[in-house]
Amino acid sequence: MTSTSTPQLMLEPVLDAGQTRDSIGLGHRAQKSLDVRHGTVLTLEDINVSFDGFKALRDLTLYIGVGELRCIIGPNGAGKTTLMDVITGKTRPDSGVAFFGETLDLTKMSEVAIAQSGIGRKFQKPTVFEALSVFENLELAQKTNKSVWASLRAKLTGEQRDRIDEILTTIRLDASRERAAGLLSHGQKQFLEIGMLLIQEPQLLLLDEPVAGMTDAETEFTAELFKSLAGKHSLMVVEHDMGFVGSIADHVTVLHQGHVLAEGSLEHVQANERVIEVYLGR
Amino acid sequence: MTQPLALTAAQKAGPKTTLALIGLVFAVLIAMPVLSLLPADNPLHVSAYTLTLVGKILCYAIMALALDLVWGYAGLLSLGHGLFFALGGYAMGMYLMRQASGDGLPAFMSFLAWNEMPWYWYGTSSFFWSMCLVVLVPGLLAFVFGFFAFRSRIKGVYFSIMTQALTFAGMLLFFRNETGFGGNNGFTGFTTILGYGVATPGTRASLFLATVVLLGASLYLGWRLAQSKFGRILTAVRDAENRLMFCGYDPRGFKLFVWTLSAILCGLAGALYVPQVGIINPSEMAPTQSIEAAVWVALGGRGTLIGPLLGAGLVNGMKSWFTVAFPEYWLFFLGALFIVVTLFLPKGVFGLLKRKEDA
Repeated sequence: MTSTSTPQLMLEPVLDAGQTRDSIGLGHRAQKSLDVRHGTVLTLEDINVSFDGFKALRDLTLYIGVGELRCIIGPNGAGKTTLMDVITGKTRPDSGVAFFGETLDLTKMSEVAIAQSGIGRKFQKPTVFEALSVFENLELAQKTNKSVWASLRAKLTGEQRDRIDEILTTIRLDASRERAAGLLSHGQKQFLEIGMLLIQEPQLLLLDEPVAGMTDAETEFTAELFKSLAGKHSLMVVEHDMGFVGSIADHVTVLHQGHVLAEGSLEHVQANERVIEVYLGR
Repeated sequence: MTQPLALTAAQKAGPKTTLALIGLVFAVLIAMPVLSLLPADNPLHVSAYTLTLVGKILCYAIMALALDLVWGYAGLLSLGHGLFFALGGYAMGMYLMRQASGDGLPAFMSFLAWNEMPWYWYGTSSFFWSMCLVVLVPGLLAFVFGFFAFRSRIKGVYFSIMTQALTFAGMLLFFRNETGFGGNNGFTGFTTILGYGVATPGTRASLFLATVVLLGASLYLGWRLAQSKFGRILTAVRDAENRLMFCGYDPRGFKLFVWTLSAILCGLAGALYVPQVGIINPSEMAPTQSIEAAVWVALGGRGTLIGPLLGAGLVNGMKSWFTVAFPEYWLFFLGALFIVVTLFLPKGVFGLLKRKEDA
């Protein structure tokens, strides 16, 4: 997860977008809907990132279409997590273009502004608010006004409550709604985090190894869930489990040493000689 | 699904007993100043010593509650809350010094052969302006400090060390005579407040009542905050700040709000402390003072609202008894107490009471 060159406890100050509300930390008002005129939700062109001379990403170019379900695969250290960090604003690229929709320049937005504009991210290690109940976790993630003042006066409307119930059913945690999230099993936490992403209603979901530690049945269910989400949302899934990738992806991108090695259907990619050489072995 | 059932049962029985206990304690606290007005030979008479001691402990309890809001809920361990407490106290002290000196200069300034008051003393003869200072000075300092600290994402032990350094710097500054706050003697020798004698039974009783009201108000405010979505977001800041950011919340604003609020509460507690105890000096800003406040909270149970009040009451109550009975062993005892609580009662004394209630 650590991909910044400074220790985690004292991260560098974020470069703000310069908006007054943002620069004093009051949070953001909900943005207008995303401009996706040309059918691409995410545009990355010639992205370069280096840490102390180590090139984590080299001239990476990647487009993700509206409603697409894209899998990113690649050996360890290929730059998959760095790629997600660049998209979510955690890491600033040294050079390159990163646009969300047609108008939002990701390299100039803060992490919070990016999340507000509609990019949701699931971490490699399931991260939920352990002291809060499953229901409260979803309540916090729900798409709404997330400023300090709004939170002081916030009350759930019937509509919002129904929406949370709906998500609870989708992720099959209806029975544990009042349980503290810290008491859930690993797989349940994964689902809760996916649920938290869904209720945020993002345009683009970034999922870092979503089925790690899940049972076969859970993995199968997740595959179905993702397939049903594609179309409504755009998904970018980083995964090592080739079986899982095969069951969901129509389009696969192979990363190697921070560069796109191959792109296409899974069969096409698996047939590529260079891919076989660096990733699939021998 | 026995778990949710047991939980709801505890939730139903818990608050009732707790509420009844809180009600009882507040009834006693309100009765105390009234009883102190009885003639001295009455068996129910409460002595001025007891009233002052309990009043002082109540001020500390408010400080503990304020510290718990930032530490227990938002996970920001401040080792510098004594500074905000002392600043509120000094603002009140300025008013009391002006009352004592009438139209002239406060005594310590005459000793320094100063001819006029420094600019920041202007307006302090007005009670209203002094009350504004009580809120504004700790509030603004906390706001500015918090703004930069949270913007630079200073967390954990780094944050604690910085707050500790801040209060230490404050102490060194106030120790200097040139700062204009009476140097290491601080302020004392108060005579009147709003024209009433500071040490008369009536004033003592009123100040005590004001402290009880402030404590009640802080408790209610803390409870409302903890119940609100804001409170849940603070818990989320404590447990998984990154996750919260990717949910679209800006943690800085939330931290800054609760941090400033906590400092203001501390300032108010300090302002009520000074006229009751009769002295304020830079030792209130000593790092150990702030660390002790953290011990009260840890001992009582952080992340609960009643815990810190219990902790402040227990430790200070024992302290006043111990320092009379075995003065040289108090610090050893405090250390041992802290170790025992850390090892065996991770949720503090309040956690222990709660567990008994649930069983």
